[in-house]
Amino acid sequence: MERRIRGRAASEGLAIGPAVILRALEGAHRTKGSIAEEHAALAAAVAGAREAVADLTASLAGDAAELIGFQLALLEDDALTESAYARIERGDAAEDAWRAAMAAEIAGYESADDEYFRARASDLADIRDRVLRHLFGLADDGRLPDGAIVVARDLAPSAFLGVDWSKGGGIALGEGSPTSHVAMLARGRGVPMVVGLGRDLDSLTGVLLVDGTRAEVVIGPSPERMALARTEGDELRHRKAEAIARQHEPALTRDGTPVTVLINISGPDDMAIVPARACDGVGLARTEFLTANLLHDEDAQYRAYAELMRWADGRPVTIRTLDAGGDKPIPGYTVDGESNPFLGLRGIRLSLRHPDVFRVQLRALSRAAALGPLKVMLPMVTNAGELDAARGHLRAVLSDLAKERVACSEPVFGIMIEVPAAALAAQDFAADFFSIGTNDLTQYATAASRDGAEVADYADVLHPGVLAMIAHVVRAGAARGVEVSICGDAAGDLRAIPALLKAGVRALSVSPGLLPQVKAAIREIDLAKLGEGA
Amino acid sequence: MQEVKGHALLTNEVGLHARPSVKLTQLAKRFAATVEIAIAADGPWTDAKSPVKIMRVKAAKGETLYMRANGADAEDAVRALADLVNRKFDEE
Repeated sequence: MERRIRGRAASEGLAIGPAVILRALEGAHRTKGSIAEEHAALAAAVAGAREAVADLTASLAGDAAELIGFQLALLEDDALTESAYARIERGDAAEDAWRAAMAAEIAGYESADDEYFRARASDLADIRDRVLRHLFGLADDGRLPDGAIVVARDLAPSAFLGVDWSKGGGIALGEGSPTSHVAMLARGRGVPMVVGLGRDLDSLTGVLLVDGTRAEVVIGPSPERMALARTEGDELRHRKAEAIARQHEPALTRDGTPVTVLINISGPDDMAIVPARACDGVGLARTEFLTANLLHDEDAQYRAYAELMRWADGRPVTIRTLDAGGDKPIPGYTVDGESNPFLGLRGIRLSLRHPDVFRVQLRALSRAAALGPLKVMLPMVTNAGELDAARGHLRAVLSDLAKERVACSEPVFGIMIEVPAAALAAQDFAADFFSIGTNDLTQYATAASRDGAEVADYADVLHPGVLAMIAHVVRAGAARGVEVSICGDAAGDLRAIPALLKAGVRALSVSPGLLPQVKAAIREIDLAKLGEGA
Repeated sequence: MQEVKGHALLTNEVGLHARPSVKLTQLAKRFAATVEIAIAADGPWTDAKSPVKIMRVKAAKGETLYMRANGADAEDAVRALADLVNRKFDEE
């Protein structure tokens, strides 16, 4: 008897295969033996992890191979296990000894001043968990069977990279988010993935059908459904290949209306997903990589922005100023203990309260603006006064830079529209452009949290009320003679694109992995047939 | 046996980070001599053949990397390591 569980769509497509449960390490248990046995158990686990990683290295290329190559070098080094063995000699169980040794190692990385070193802590955590999996006899994440449906609470990017997805397979996660790194990887590789299936993972056994387009997992699908899914899956793959083949061509609707397709960039990895010439520029570059100690480092920021400008090679690049707060805390910068952080101090509200930090970023951005068409976007703007205040800081910074004879240029200065009150008053904002952040706009307008699985269905960008706000912003932009684009997930949501174009939107900024399909979807749309445009 | 010393300035963007560390240790392992590095002329010295230990040093851009080696091919080892650092680990 087939059974369906609904989740959230993280990567489209259909996959059928046997479920392989990747159990969480929490709750795993083994019985402690003698000192010699514990010693041997850890040695065997490290050797097992090392072999799995070595196998992986051989099958990967580029960044993924490098990440794993570093892990292999550490696993081959006796210095990594020294203190764990010492603990075992003192009577610790192998898993406790290993965890303690790795905790000390990870703490060392995390305490580094340098961002590059701190980021490597995640590699160490990966190594720790990999060895623990071997120690507990759990299916090793480096050796998941090909073609299987990986069932887990959550999945680490390295575990994803350890699977040969060319043989098929899919992912079903109890938790997770469509915006996670692993979801992005899955979309990039075309691996169907559904997240947020709830805690009841144990029922996900036998043959599973993961439908990443309809956001559901079918347990024990009927032969008819499987046949249907296979046909549909083949069609999807075919369409995708075609879309990629045409990704460099401009996106024109059937009736010949050009639509600007930009990409969202969260970090350097995103620049490798599509070539710059396939997009019309960067519609949203996030600067949340600015951790506490980079907030004051103008040169480090400038280098990051300059790299983006070089990559875009003359295409416009929209960089959002620090959007901390909400679900993105920065110790010492954001406010702790807010009862509702999404309705608290975030985005521009925080920037205006930390003018010293804000001006460092505006300086770095103004310097990078000398390299090409750079646009600065302010997040979470609610009142026209905030835009005026931010512009005041920009003018001061430009005047300082001019006095110091530092090369700079005045960036185009626009706002993100994500607060409903600002959407409905867009005509009152003297911004150089509007970019609609549909994720927050939708959650604020529908009073439904972005992350709450229970209310996910309410947070629908296609709600007529949300679409009316978007159409209003488009009209306000036209009246003021400024560009309007969409940079939220809706821009890459094939279901939402017709409605957005109908509302008058002509610029979409999407995750780089989605660019080919978004362009293909635009080419299918006939605006004349959609009825009244804006 | 003579101890051989050398030094080079870390000018690559990321310092003695993951990839450069792996390259440095792989190179050091090619020599029979003991090879050590430090970020001060008088140590403390770290085994240049251990990526785990090298990463603990957290040598950043702009720091001087000191090297010393002991053994038959010590001179070649120090020269090769300094070369690698001066070539920015062949990364830029």
